[in-house]
Amino acid sequence: MNDVSQFSAGISVLEITYILASVLFILGLKMLSHPLTARRGNTLAAAGMIMAIVATILFHSKDGEKIGNIGWILIAIAIGTAIGWVIAKKVKMTAMPQLVSFFNGMGGAAAALISIMEFPHVSSELIARTGMANGHVLAILLGLVIGSVSWAGSMIAFGKLDGRIGDMRVKAMKFVNLTILAGIVVFVAYIMTRDVQASAELMPLIIILFVISVAYGVLFVMPIGGADMPVVISLLNSFTGVAAAMGGFLYSNQAMLTGGILVGSAGTILTVLMCRAMNRSLLNVIVGVFGGGGQAAVNAAGSIREISVPDAAVLLSYSKKVVIVPGYGLAVAQAQHICHELDKLLEEKGVEVKYAIHPVAGRMPGHMNVLLAEADVPYEQLIESDEINPDLPNTDVLVVIGANDVVNPAAEDDPSSPIYGMPIVKARDARNVIVMKRGMGKGYAAIENMLFFNDKTRMLFGDAKSTLQALVNEVKAL
Amino acid sequence: MEGFFEYFMANRGIIYMVILSVFLGIEVISHVPAILHTPLMSGANAIHGVVIIGAIIVMGHADTTGAMILGFLAVILGTLNVVGGFVVTDRMLEMFKKKK
Repeated sequence: MNDVSQFSAGISVLEITYILASVLFILGLKMLSHPLTARRGNTLAAAGMIMAIVATILFHSKDGEKIGNIGWILIAIAIGTAIGWVIAKKVKMTAMPQLVSFFNGMGGAAAALISIMEFPHVSSELIARTGMANGHVLAILLGLVIGSVSWAGSMIAFGKLDGRIGDMRVKAMKFVNLTILAGIVVFVAYIMTRDVQASAELMPLIIILFVISVAYGVLFVMPIGGADMPVVISLLNSFTGVAAAMGGFLYSNQAMLTGGILVGSAGTILTVLMCRAMNRSLLNVIVGVFGGGGQAAVNAAGSIREISVPDAAVLLSYSKKVVIVPGYGLAVAQAQHICHELDKLLEEKGVEVKYAIHPVAGRMPGHMNVLLAEADVPYEQLIESDEINPDLPNTDVLVVIGANDVVNPAAEDDPSSPIYGMPIVKARDARNVIVMKRGMGKGYAAIENMLFFNDKTRMLFGDAKSTLQALVNEVKAL
Repeated sequence: MEGFFEYFMANRGIIYMVILSVFLGIEVISHVPAILHTPLMSGANAIHGVVIIGAIIVMGHADTTGAMILGFLAVILGTLNVVGGFVVTDRMLEMFKKKK
């Protein structure tokens, strides 16, 4: 409470380092939001983090007692670094979204553990003076609740993106979740109004609070559809930020506070921006049980026409302008390289090939840019959907590879559709449309796509990679 | 209630800072292009790994075996968040860099 009284050179160095680290975090975030400086921004923030960690180990002291167990701390850091490094380096680019979610969960879990360990150590003098109802206890409990929700939610999001967990869509879920949330609030109030000598007596209650929070985290993410996962991850990301900031309150630690709060607020704004890119409100994402229904589903009585690989090859080779719309299917099939091979072949034949990049195509905003950049597709060929739309009426063939919702005309035609109003790639404006798809499954929004029934559309069923390979062979043979 | 007033008075400097940081966070991010949403999220994800400092502090003052084990775990998890977060972000941004 009175940090000035423990003045020493070490403490000063520590606090100065924390200020520097905070500045580096802010600069890092700022630079991360511009394409040219992004990578340096990330390095800068990492440097700030290392400084803060080293300074904490060397100079932190509590009641005049320096950090102990340093050997064990270093071992733990070494283990964490080794595992984190290997996972982060080895995992395929397509699995990036779930990876972010996974690491986010780890942070949340760490915050929850800190709260669990700090709770029994609330000073008895403070409790004697104010009872359990004080800011210190509140920070601990909030850190526990938010951290646990973030951890459990992130793990579910990870499982969903990794295809291990399916969606669970029950209408009653909303009310169950709201009830649990209210229950958590009441329980926190209950703990804070207990009349005890020492906080350690309340440990069983803390464990119960932890369990309820974890359950809430699971149930909160379960009903949310796969397409909305990026938004959820971003939201959970800001939760973990807030949980970290609670730790900052506990220890009056400036670095934890600035880092945590910055991520908390920036993460929230980022979440809102992502929602806006899909033209939906955050509330709609969280509470709205997505999918099903819509008038289009009823009207989808048209017929579907297929196209053979040789026909598709001919159509493509003798076009002037081809636009490719990549989606998650391309990512799943790892077909970005073969796709680029096809576009190079076509370009050699004098066909102009462009990629229409929808901001939320794939599982994360920017997913397609990352993927195609990996396959060395030049930047100039990647065009944002808004920019390419006016050009589509002059496009001979538009090839949709594993994308669905981002080309669904229901977003323009059908006010009852859950994606109504979302900006799309106006695929049906092109002269011909080829849709590569594994089957007639629906997109992540789980709604029917009228584009597939359009007169201009031909379907090419199969795994994106093998279909593209077949196309490449066919085009070569022409 | 008194507990909260006391806490507020003792920490008002920090509370000011938190409020300003909220606005700063919003300001810093608000003009980011859609392409950078993912890397930015990932970078922010790494930054809240500061929670590791808290883990180090608890671990550094742990006195029972139980606290040691939990603290050890917390430090590992925090490190995973930090290292994994920054490395993944760097990997993503590396791909953007290949501008020709």
